[in-house]
Amino acid sequence: MAGKTALINKTKKQPFHIYFKHHWWLYAMFLPGAIYFIVFKYIPITNLVIAFQDYNPWLGLFKSPFVGWKHFENFFKGNDFFMLLRNTLAISFLNLIFYFPMPIIVALLLNEIKNYRYKSSIQTMIYIPYFISMVIVASITYTLLNERDGVINMIIKEFSGETVKFLSGKEYFRGIIVIQNIWKETGWGMIIFLAALAGVDMELYEAARVDGAGRWKQMWHITLPAIRGTIVIMLILRVGAILNTGFEQIFLMSNSLNRSVAEVFDTYVYRLGITNGQYSFSTAVGLFKGIVGCIMVLGTNWVAKRCGETGIY
Amino acid sequence: MIKQKRSNKIKGSLGDRISITGIYIFAGLIGIICILPFLYVVGGSFATEKELTEKAFLIVPSEFSLNAFKFIIDDGRIFNGLKNSIIVTVWGTILAMVMTTTFAYPLSRSDFRGRNLSLNLVIVTMVFSGGMIPGYLLVKSLGMLDSYWALTLPGAISAFNMVIVKNFFQNIPRELEEAATIDGCSDFDIFVKIVLPLSKPVLASISLFYAVGLWNDYFNCMLYINDSSKHTAQLILRSIVILAQGFDLTGSRLDFGLAGAPPEQAVKLATTVVTTIPILIVYPFIQKFFTKGVMIGAVKG
Repeated sequence: MAGKTALINKTKKQPFHIYFKHHWWLYAMFLPGAIYFIVFKYIPITNLVIAFQDYNPWLGLFKSPFVGWKHFENFFKGNDFFMLLRNTLAISFLNLIFYFPMPIIVALLLNEIKNYRYKSSIQTMIYIPYFISMVIVASITYTLLNERDGVINMIIKEFSGETVKFLSGKEYFRGIIVIQNIWKETGWGMIIFLAALAGVDMELYEAARVDGAGRWKQMWHITLPAIRGTIVIMLILRVGAILNTGFEQIFLMSNSLNRSVAEVFDTYVYRLGITNGQYSFSTAVGLFKGIVGCIMVLGTNWVAKRCGETGIY
Repeated sequence: MIKQKRSNKIKGSLGDRISITGIYIFAGLIGIICILPFLYVVGGSFATEKELTEKAFLIVPSEFSLNAFKFIIDDGRIFNGLKNSIIVTVWGTILAMVMTTTFAYPLSRSDFRGRNLSLNLVIVTMVFSGGMIPGYLLVKSLGMLDSYWALTLPGAISAFNMVIVKNFFQNIPRELEEAATIDGCSDFDIFVKIVLPLSKPVLASISLFYAVGLWNDYFNCMLYINDSSKHTAQLILRSIVILAQGFDLTGSRLDFGLAGAPPEQAVKLATTVVTTIPILIVYPFIQKFFTKGVMIGAVKG
């Protein structure tokens, strides 16, 4: 250890050109990644300036007229802003209430199962949907729920004689999104909580049993406190990402009939920017979302650190 | 100690035994619910169209039929898509791994000058990005539309994966590298001969992260690839199953892709099956290394 620091100290004292001469390979390896980050991460950030322009692809970034806050003003004055905010928050909060506890419950259940093969095969089944693409999830949803030949509608029809407009009805959209989310994401969250549970000292359970604590008491007093930190971090991540409602999923499930409840910031940016070519306005919307999202992430992280958790960044 | 444990087991109250049985059954049910949709899709793809559309079809077909698979083989679109997906996934994963590891190595060296500044600039991009439109305009201005560069290069380094790899490299004992330096190895030799071979577990996990992400992506392909012969499997699945549904929903907005007519239910199911199979084939590896990767990430967090 002493030798290591000595060596570092020695190299730190070298002038840069001598260090570079010895370690030019490091810079050669560093270069492609550095160019990547400049081109694909930082140039788009500087290009956000088009949010303050009337960007015209023919005129380009430097000749397009500068219009200041016009697009932001239009966005906040229009009706769309509140619709987007309402839809985004509704989906996020439903996910928080219904999806968030699922991985914890499942992990606690599986933790009680001592038969290894049974446990791991159930774990495998729950984990599979996580690796399936959103397109497959949406495809399965469409084939199960559509009105013409979807099996769920056929079952409903056999009982009630009527079909339900799951895919176009506004009242079903959010429910379907949350159920898809639970099905697809529970496995991933479960793995994280199971990893945290694997670190619990078995002797604690032993001691609790000797003291006469039953299964539920052990779960309440040993298992849950052991994963409290993980739960808090996962909750912070979710709250920080409250404006990210899973663009791919919502885009696949939305259509012209349920748009008034399905449109969120990302789908709105896509539809106006890419489909309609309103580059500047949609960039302004995206920039607003990006800044609020950034504040949310940093803010929740700060709160976590104040609460004595480790935080993420 | 052991004696006590055993006696406890025998005594285990009736309530306790009922609750453990309940837990076993309930957990089993959750598992079955999770794979039920797959069973339906696989079963349905072997059923006849008549059976699927006349009454509620439940998983086991009464009449076995391969017509749907014959149809999609004749149609060929989805297999072309699978071929394209394999090209994008293999090429994209190799590119991402080369870019990520070569960038992570210098940043893992505490003696690397410029390390802190670079790391901070990378972490900024984890919190804030230019967003969809500037990204799209960039790819467009680089002339990458309709090429697979657009699908592989913009995502070649995930800052998150890079940090995981960097942290793993950092934990390799520096003494090994110093010994190699004394033996006359260059930094690149050290990276290739010492660091990479010692990092196999994390490299396996990260390459699977990248590969699954590339395989499952449809949005970038939709954004950047207009030429339908270059479409990946996910996008073709979407046009066969989801866009064809537009007919049922609105009666007006139609996009049937190339087929010209709405595909039948069995064909949609069969297309879903062949798009899902590649992931299921590699699933055992994925599960093993993904779990490891998640844990490495979690330890870091």
